[in-house]
Amino acid sequence: MNLLSTHNLSRKFGGITAVDNISFVIPTGQVRALIGPNGAGKTTFVSILSGRIAATEGQVFFDGIDVTKEPAHLRIRAGMAYTFQITSIYGRLSVFENVALAVRWQTSGDENETKRRVEDALAEVGISDRATQLAGDLSYGHQRLLEIAMGLCQRPKLLILDEPTQGLADSEINQFIRLISNLRGVMTILLIEHNIDVVMRSADAITVLNNGKVLAEGSPKEIHENAAVQAAYLGTS
Amino acid sequence: MSELKKSWLLHLGIVALLLVLQFVLPSYHHASMARIMVLTCYAMGYNILFGYTGLLSLGHALFFAAGMYGLSLSMQHLEWLAGPALIIGLLSGVVVSLTIGLLLLRTTGVAFMIVTLMFSQAGYLTVLYFGEFTRGDEGLVIQQELRSIAGIDLSDPTSRYFAALLLMTICIIVSLRVVQAGFGRVLVAIRENDERTRMLGYDIQRHKLSAIVLSGTMSAAAGACYCLLFGYAGATFASVQYSIFPLLWVLLGGAGTVLGPFVGTLFMFYLIDLSSGLTTAYMLIAGFSLVMLTLFAPQGLVGEIRRRGLRWLP
Repeated sequence: MNLLSTHNLSRKFGGITAVDNISFVIPTGQVRALIGPNGAGKTTFVSILSGRIAATEGQVFFDGIDVTKEPAHLRIRAGMAYTFQITSIYGRLSVFENVALAVRWQTSGDENETKRRVEDALAEVGISDRATQLAGDLSYGHQRLLEIAMGLCQRPKLLILDEPTQGLADSEINQFIRLISNLRGVMTILLIEHNIDVVMRSADAITVLNNGKVLAEGSPKEIHENAAVQAAYLGTS
Repeated sequence: MSELKKSWLLHLGIVALLLVLQFVLPSYHHASMARIMVLTCYAMGYNILFGYTGLLSLGHALFFAAGMYGLSLSMQHLEWLAGPALIIGLLSGVVVSLTIGLLLLRTTGVAFMIVTLMFSQAGYLTVLYFGEFTRGDEGLVIQQELRSIAGIDLSDPTSRYFAALLLMTICIIVSLRVVQAGFGRVLVAIRENDERTRMLGYDIQRHKLSAIVLSGTMSAAAGACYCLLFGYAGATFASVQYSIFPLLWVLLGGAGTVLGPFVGTLFMFYLIDLSSGLTTAYMLIAGFSLVMLTLFAPQGLVGEIRRRGLRWLP
C-alpha cells in the first residue's frame, strides 16, 4: 500500500522547470530520504506535495485520494505534517503554545488532552524543560527540535522533514537519528537531507533528484554505489 | 490562582470600579466617561483585527458609520423605534464587514491598508452624496423623546452612563472569550506567522474573515450606540480621521491586550482635554506625549505593563 504517490508532477517558474515530470511513490511506513545537489528541486517538490505551491502539471495522491487541488490546510488535516527548512516558529509565543497550536484542531477544545500531547512531543525531542520559555529565546538547535516537535505532535501519517539537521551539533544529530528510528513503523517519513551520514543511517530508501528529475532511486547501499549519483554530486560541488 | 481567574477578576474589577465611578464623578467627567466607554468599544473592535490578527485597517470608520447610519436612518426615515433600529445598526455592521471582508481577503500587507482606506473613503463620499437622507456634514439629530429603549430614557446622563458601561462590559467579555478560546489563539498565530499557521492545518482565510466580521460588528455596535446615546450622526464619523483614532488609541493603550483600548482611549481623551485647557497649541503637547510613549513604551501602556511582569495579561 502506498501512502503517497505523484504522477508526472511538474512545476515551472517562467522558463525554468524546477520539478520535471516526477512520478514518485512512498510505501506506508517507509523512511524515505530525498537528496540531491543544491537547486535540484527538492524543496519545490515537497512544497507541491504539501500544497504550499501548486503544480503546473501532474497529480498528487495521498492516502488513496487525489489531493492535487486541495488547499494546504486540508492536506495537513488529512494527515501530512510539514516542517520548514528555514526555521519557522512563533518566536514571541511560548514553546508550549507553539506545539499546542499544532494539535489544537485535533483535540477540539480539550485542553487537558492538548497539554498531554504537547508534553509527549516535547519529551520526544528532548526539550521538555523549555516549555515555558519564549520560542525565540531558544538556541538555534533547540528551535530546530521544536520545529520537529510541532510536526510530531500531530501524529501525522506522513511527516515531511525539510533539512531537519541543518545547523545541529553532532550530539543533537545523533539524538535526531535515534528519534527517527523510534518513529519507524509509527509514521511514514519523507526526509530531505544534506547530511549523507544521517541519510545512510536512518533511511530505508533514497531518491536522488537532479535538475528537477529523479536521477536514481534505491536502498542506501545501491545509491552509495551508484556512479551517476557520485557524478552529480561531484559535478556541482 | 490560575491565570484565567486572575484575568477575569481584573477585568470585572475594572467594570465594578466604573460602576462606582458613576456615583462619584462630577457631571463633566461623568459625561466624558460615558463617551470614552462607547469609543472604547470601537477601539476594542479595532483591536481584534489589528492587535490580535495583525491586520492593519485604515478604514474602520466605515464600520463605525455603518452602525451609526444603520440606526439613525432607520429611525429618521422608517420611523423605527430605538430597539429595532439598534439591531439594524448591528446588522449593517455584519453585512458591510462581510462584503468588504470577502474583497479584502484578496490583499495582504500594504495593499490591505490601502484597500481599507479606499473603501472607507467611498463610504464617506456615499454619506455626502446621499445628503438628502443623511444631511451630510450637518448630520442627523435624533430627537430626545425617541432615544429610549423599554421605557429607559437613554438621553438621561445616568442611564446613558449605565448603557455605555453595559456595552463596554459586553465588549470586554466578548474580547476575553475570543482571546482565551482556540479561535483567538489561531488569530494570534496568524499575526505572528501566517504561513506557519496554514501549514499547521488552519484555514487562515476563514479565520481572517471571521476576525474582520467580528471586528466590524463591534465597531458598528459602538457607532450605533454612540448615535443613540448622544443623539447625533454626522459625516465626520465616517471620515478618515475616525479611522485613525482607533489605531492611535489601540497603539497607545497596547495592541493585542484586552484593556489596552480602554486605557488608550481614556489617556488620549484626557490628554487632549487637559492640554487644551492650558494652551491653544494643545496638539503640540499631545503630539509630544505620543512621541515619548512610542519611544519609551512601544508596546503601549498595557503592553508595557505586561512586558515588565504581568505576563498573564490577556
